[in-house]
Amino acid sequence: MKLHRSVIPTLLALLFVGGWEWFVRFGHVNEVLVPPPSHILSWFWESLRNGEILSATLVTMRRLLIGFAIGAALGIPLGALCARVRWVRDTLGVLALGLQTLPSVCWVPLALLWFGQQESAVLFVVVMGTVWAVVIAVQESVLSVHPLYLRAAMTMGSKGTHLWTHVIFPAALPGILSGMKQGWAFAWRSLMAAEIFVVILTGFGLGSLLHAGRELLRMDQVMGVMVVVVAVGLLADLIFFAPIERWLRRSRGLER
Amino acid sequence: MSSSKDRATPAALTLRNVTKHFNGAAGHVTAVEDISLDVREGEFLVLVGPSGCGKSTLLNLLAGLEHTDEGKIQLGEEPVRSPGRDRLVMFQQDALFPWLNALENVMFGLRLKPDLTEEERLEAARYYLTLVGLGDKEKARPHELSGGMRQRVALARSLAPNPRVLLMDEPFSALDALTRDQLYGDIQKIFMNRKKTIILVTHNIREAVCLGDRVVLLSPHPGRIQQIFDIKLPRPRRMNDPALATLAAEVTAALSSHLDSSKIS
Repeated sequence: MKLHRSVIPTLLALLFVGGWEWFVRFGHVNEVLVPPPSHILSWFWESLRNGEILSATLVTMRRLLIGFAIGAALGIPLGALCARVRWVRDTLGVLALGLQTLPSVCWVPLALLWFGQQESAVLFVVVMGTVWAVVIAVQESVLSVHPLYLRAAMTMGSKGTHLWTHVIFPAALPGILSGMKQGWAFAWRSLMAAEIFVVILTGFGLGSLLHAGRELLRMDQVMGVMVVVVAVGLLADLIFFAPIERWLRRSRGLER
Repeated sequence: MSSSKDRATPAALTLRNVTKHFNGAAGHVTAVEDISLDVREGEFLVLVGPSGCGKSTLLNLLAGLEHTDEGKIQLGEEPVRSPGRDRLVMFQQDALFPWLNALENVMFGLRLKPDLTEEERLEAARYYLTLVGLGDKEKARPHELSGGMRQRVALARSLAPNPRVLLMDEPFSALDALTRDQLYGDIQKIFMNRKKTIILVTHNIREAVCLGDRVVLLSPHPGRIQQIFDIKLPRPRRMNDPALATLAAEVTAALSSHLDSSKIS
């Protein structure tokens, strides 16, 4: 009989969590510093009941989606422009490449000074974390569109906007999508950094919850929030990016 | 009708002293030099020659994908400056768009003709897909088709917008011999029925003699016209026809004599 693919991972996960619980319970480490899974679970249950975790997640997701949307909306046309115009690539393209490597936490002091302890400060940090990755990805994938497609389309009379919407973007779509995925991951990181470092008066997000846990010496809360952060990242991939990627691969015969 | 159109065989494409240079990694190269040629309306012209004879460059110039350095190219009375759907190209690789199915690929060029209704376009696309024997494959994506089928869809895509000239850049070279023979038959049938002006580039001399009304032999470094052969064999021609083999041998002999003499000098 063939085991289902999920059997081994589930067993290993249970073993890991059980081992952890056992290790902490039998006093090998300080429970305050390393809370056992049962404490994390009970914190989670409690914060679920008093609505804390849900409202924090909602606040964070809202910021993430808005910031990511702005970043992508700016990044896609800018990336296309970089690919299209040489001098834009030599200026903005190089700048994007540099700023992409800048950890977005570095924007926090400026954001605070410019926008104050407001939503806009967080959004600014998220956008800065997203936009450059998207610019680079779009630029690269547009530049690597096979010239044969362009030649074929041009001989059939396609040019200008039509060439962009009907040939270049569809051809570059897989690359653009993986750029968006990277942008999403960057946005997620930037947002956590912003929420941990900036006390925002306009909403209490997951980062703030984590930070509060540190100040209260509640490591079960800190780790619980970390689990939620990981879960949100996984879920986003599972319900949003993975299906699109699978569809793209299958429809173009790239399925392995 | 104007008097110029009453002439028996007006030139579809006119090339006058066409020269094209490239500056590549290997330094300055003259790809084609001083080529003058008239391609008649409804003629099947084949450009044949060894690699480096500039035959693909010449085709790109005709397509408007490259620009001449000297000389001029005219389609009818109009100078050729940029790509246009009056001169469609069939490439060595099929160049089908992987995000569209067979029918949508054929529709691509048709949709760029504003004077057609969507129904007329669909009708034309289906007609040409059926003509190349793929009427039942219209929903198939390129990756679901064999190499020969893909090249057929590419043929349908080039024919559907009804271009004045069809340019073919070694479209059979990546196919197996069996598929190729089939396509030679298909192309000849379409050529005889539709009386299209076709310019084919190939390095296969037998293929050239099989398909061409005229075979233009180009010599390399720089690409020049060495000799032009009139092929008067009746159509449809078959690759294994002995008369065809004799003519192919003649062209081959002309080519190798030139290559030998250029080696000595």
